[in-house]
Amino acid sequence: MNSQLLSLIKREISVVMRSQSEFVYPLAFFVIVTSLFPLAVTPDPVQLAFIAPGVIWVAALLSILLSLNGFYQADYEEGGLEQLILAGVSGSNIVFAKSIANWVVTGLPLVLVAPIIGFLFNMDVYANGIAMLSLFLGTPSLCFIGSIGMCLTLGLRNGGVLLTLLVLPLFIPVLIFGASSIGAASIGVNYSGQLAILGALLIFSIMVAPFAGAAAMKISID
Amino acid sequence: MWTWFFQLASPKWVYRFSDKLLPWFRAATLILFVVGLVLGLLFSPVDYQQGNTVRILYIHVPAAFLSMFVYVLMAISGGIGFIWRIKMAHIVSVSCAPIGAIFTFLALVTGAVWGKPTWGTYWVWDARLTSELILLFLYLGFMALHNAFDDRKTADRASAVLALVGLVNIPIIHFSVEWWNSLHQGATISKFEKPSMDVDMLKALLMMIAAFQVYFITVLLQRVKAEILEREKLSGWVKKLVTNE
Amino acid sequence: MYFQSFQEFVEMGGHGFYVWLCYGIVLFSMLSYFFYSIQLAKSNQKELVKFYTRMDARSQASPKTQNQSGDITDDLGGK
Repeated sequence: MNSQLLSLIKREISVVMRSQSEFVYPLAFFVIVTSLFPLAVTPDPVQLAFIAPGVIWVAALLSILLSLNGFYQADYEEGGLEQLILAGVSGSNIVFAKSIANWVVTGLPLVLVAPIIGFLFNMDVYANGIAMLSLFLGTPSLCFIGSIGMCLTLGLRNGGVLLTLLVLPLFIPVLIFGASSIGAASIGVNYSGQLAILGALLIFSIMVAPFAGAAAMKISID
Repeated sequence: MWTWFFQLASPKWVYRFSDKLLPWFRAATLILFVVGLVLGLLFSPVDYQQGNTVRILYIHVPAAFLSMFVYVLMAISGGIGFIWRIKMAHIVSVSCAPIGAIFTFLALVTGAVWGKPTWGTYWVWDARLTSELILLFLYLGFMALHNAFDDRKTADRASAVLALVGLVNIPIIHFSVEWWNSLHQGATISKFEKPSMDVDMLKALLMMIAAFQVYFITVLLQRVKAEILEREKLSGWVKKLVTNE
Repeated sequence: MYFQSFQEFVEMGGHGFYVWLCYGIVLFSMLSYFFYSIQLAKSNQKELVKFYTRMDARSQASPKTQNQSGDITDDLGGK
């Protein structure tokens, strides 16, 4: 791997590690949001198992959306991003590094915590395993796609709300396939198609997001 | 020959030229609409299953087709403006957005109303309807993003990036009826096979698609004119134009 | 003609509500936007007249050269 990329990733992770409490917020959000559903919808175990794939996926999606800000806003406001670009660092490397760091810090914990939530929602072990797999394939896509929206809204006043509006339409395909793969697995129907498409979406977003994000970043910084 | 091509980049030239063209386009829109509506409402057959509700086809299909066509135009002109820094391209791109959003909204609404008597439901979350809804969100996101920037040049460029990223949705909408078996029917008009539609219906449908297309060009030119006036207000020709009238 | 009478035409075999609702919404929206876009150009022009009178007043108060922000493609449009 490109050594510039590696050092960028190391930098991102070390920045996050310094403020470890922030690293916990998206996870806490995920747990809290998922626990709202049994309270608001129904505590009936059968129905909970039915809505679990969707609830887990929506909560994961929202957690990632919230975590995006932390990786870009501080750097942008303090001028760090500008300095990196001026120093000749490639914009797409920056976006790539931030997305990977975002996933390691937010997405990966989600993948690991999700089965606990699945258990609380009365999902069977097999479906729980597929939930982990689909989140594993899908959450990185969300991190990469989200970085595009984040770069577009960097300097804006109401950036947060606008980010949501911009990024959710692009998240929806990942959401649909992610949730339906778990749903199919819990019924016992073939789910490999959905997982394959999740994989394809991941490859596609990894390829496109760094370039789109870099272009967007140049626009926001100038 | 190249002079003509470069003139497309000149807001002044485009403004003058659309002033000349607009009466023709407006007339053509009216004529095509009248003919299309007459053919569709009066001279086309009923569907043996759906009865007269099939006549909604003649406005639903053109609206849906245009919603995708306009998005592609918006993305391409945005891309041209972004890569070659041609402001006229950005003007076209930004003017496309509200019109495209209206077409998308109409496609969704007419589809929903059509679905109630034929499918029994106003809405179903199948791939085509969902991706058309995503298209509406993309249009709204484009307009919201453009509005959020204070500097117009930055706004243009950011929206162009967004439009290009969202372009991936268009093939999904188009091919979704082939990839997934669902409630929405498949394509009846194809480049390679004979259409499976009754000739009278086909005539009316094609006429309405043409009518919607010409309407789009008309309204786009009108919108572009308004946008040019606003953007070029500091230039000499606009001042002369406005104060001499 | 597929309809024997005007009454039949309006009723559309029982589905009149749906068909006319659709056509109504579509025609209303498209006509509205058509006139809106024309109106937008006209109101922009009115705003510009006000803008120019303000700018002229200002530049008469403090004489300086008028800001010309056209580009070279302006000449391609002819006079």
